[in-house]
Amino acid sequence: MQEYTDKIRQIARRLLEEGTVDMVIGFRKGSMPMMNEPCMVRRPQDVDQLVWDSNCGINLANYLTNRKEKIGVVAKGCDSRNIVTHIIENKIDRDQLHIIGVPCGAMIDKRKIASLVEGEITDVTETEEGKVIVKGEGFEKSFDKAEVLQENCAICIHRNPVVHDEMVAEPVEEQTDVDRYADIREIEAMSDAERKAFFDDLYKECIRCYACRNACPLCYCPTCFVDESRPQWVGKGQNENDIRTFHFLRAYHCAGRCTDCGACERACPVGIKVRMLTKKLEKDCKELFDWEAGISLENRPPLDAYRPDDPDEFIK
Amino acid sequence: MTFVKIDRKEWAEGVSALKKGYQVFGPVKEGPGKEEKDHEFRKLSGDQMPEMDYINTRLSPKAAIYPQSEVMFTYTTDERKDDHHILKEPKRDETPKAVIGIRPCDALSFLLVKKNFDTPEYKDPFWLRAYDATTFVGYGCDAPCSSCFCTSAGSGPFDEKGLDVLLADHEEGYLAKVLTEKGKALMEKAGWTSAIDAGGAEKVFGEKAAASQGKFESQISTDKLAQISSMDLYDAPFWEDIAFSCINCGTCTYLCPTCWCFDIQDECRGCDGVRMRNWDSCMSSLFTLHGSGHNPRGDKVSRVRQRFMHKLKYYVDKYGEGIQCVGCGRCVRKCPVNIDIRKVCEMMNQYDPEAQNECACPTT
Repeated sequence: MQEYTDKIRQIARRLLEEGTVDMVIGFRKGSMPMMNEPCMVRRPQDVDQLVWDSNCGINLANYLTNRKEKIGVVAKGCDSRNIVTHIIENKIDRDQLHIIGVPCGAMIDKRKIASLVEGEITDVTETEEGKVIVKGEGFEKSFDKAEVLQENCAICIHRNPVVHDEMVAEPVEEQTDVDRYADIREIEAMSDAERKAFFDDLYKECIRCYACRNACPLCYCPTCFVDESRPQWVGKGQNENDIRTFHFLRAYHCAGRCTDCGACERACPVGIKVRMLTKKLEKDCKELFDWEAGISLENRPPLDAYRPDDPDEFIK
Repeated sequence: MTFVKIDRKEWAEGVSALKKGYQVFGPVKEGPGKEEKDHEFRKLSGDQMPEMDYINTRLSPKAAIYPQSEVMFTYTTDERKDDHHILKEPKRDETPKAVIGIRPCDALSFLLVKKNFDTPEYKDPFWLRAYDATTFVGYGCDAPCSSCFCTSAGSGPFDEKGLDVLLADHEEGYLAKVLTEKGKALMEKAGWTSAIDAGGAEKVFGEKAAASQGKFESQISTDKLAQISSMDLYDAPFWEDIAFSCINCGTCTYLCPTCWCFDIQDECRGCDGVRMRNWDSCMSSLFTLHGSGHNPRGDKVSRVRQRFMHKLKYYVDKYGEGIQCVGCGRCVRKCPVNIDIRKVCEMMNQYDPEAQNECACPTT
């Protein structure tokens, strides 16, 4: 990972010195284990705060929305797909961006790791051999990185950036033999009652902090429907219908746009598997329209385009 | 001061006995997949016991007194009814509450929050009634987290402020230090009455506190906050850098034991409705949106600045009793983007407007 970090710093320094960009958006080391903080660097002398490791799970496309500057942005596979979506949706201009592509080695899941050890984790490091070393008061454990990946990373088939101006390393090999939708098929196979129970349980602990929405690069509406007050669509309390309305509607608003970057799930302070809804819609889009979001700047998203050969009769 | 020894058997029997006179809250893990979850303060049902082998809960225990969503009044606008257009209080469970196993940092937070809900001019009946009906049984910390900083935030691992009873792990059970009349009543109800020699027990508490104090890795400095001018801090150059990563979610405010802001909402179906209050968050743009459409805190930087200025400057100036933070570390641990109040506090406390001729962004 140090090679990636060095290369990112080197590129960022050059871009800022040459004046190619006004700022570089990347990650700096966090103050907690398994946490890095998105940051912006405006001066060449500050580039040494930039880092790269397996704790860069926040999607940086979220920090580009409506910005006016020329920006260098560090982008792993999913970030790049959301940058494509941002460009298609006019939230940023391609010409404003210098995309520093990072072939992604997948992110580690801080909750999973916390659940595998007893006691507080004080330090987590990775080795070049693909091990994750977890230390805490009175323990040290080693895991294969593949065992402790974020769930979305474990099934990711686009680890390399789909668009970039330069890369920090050679592309990594893409996974091909993954079953992306095993969990969704399980839910699809449930009876109505089972499915209701599943979703009741899924959202039971939601505190409506909206971290999932706010971490999502797709959620840039000037006023989200849950924040509308004239008229007010959704109640503000802890009523379960209001909570579910928020989650369901938000997911539908991401249909055909979600890249399964996992930022929502990573951000949730209470560990809700927010991706269960967005992934179902992603699966539908794949099956109905053979569509994957954010792959190309040329094609309009399926819910944003009319095709004379649309397979559905009702739309003709 | 009375000290009582509680062995394991007495503990289990006592908690059961308490449930007959109190709504008992304690730290538990609940629900499917609970192994992967954090502890949470919940009202204990039936034979549920507080799980005392926890570090601290994910959400603070403030909800035991001040629920995230609380109905204040009910009403009807149906003019055929005699009591139409009259706000009425709903029936509440007025059984006294006992919060068992609360950490000293969280116990202190109730005293901070009380400054807001109990003033000479205004008394918040909902919060105060719940607070007055609650007995706080604290649990001293032998193993603080690396992100805990209560010792530099007005509290400490065996601090007694805000508590009625303080428990310490001792041999195969607990030692209890009974601090108030309320605490005494609870101990009697639980049948925890085996008083022991105060001198020896005091020594145990002292030694445990000293041992735990030595384990703290993290602290903050707050000594200069009162002297720096609010305007200088407000205009400090570091806010853009601090706020950059913030996604403006409500995690920090909802997890915080000292965040007290709420929003009042009416919800109705047909003619019948409720007036409720819900936790609010200064991180939300809606928090300050005026009816006119103007928003005095319309951007992210100003909202982030407000949260830290309130806790670390305005509160300090208004009450003169330190910061509005008890050092529980929840916001540090749960912020999705790792904004760290310890770092921000350091930047604020060290800020010297005279020395600033260019950006003070950290280059860690």
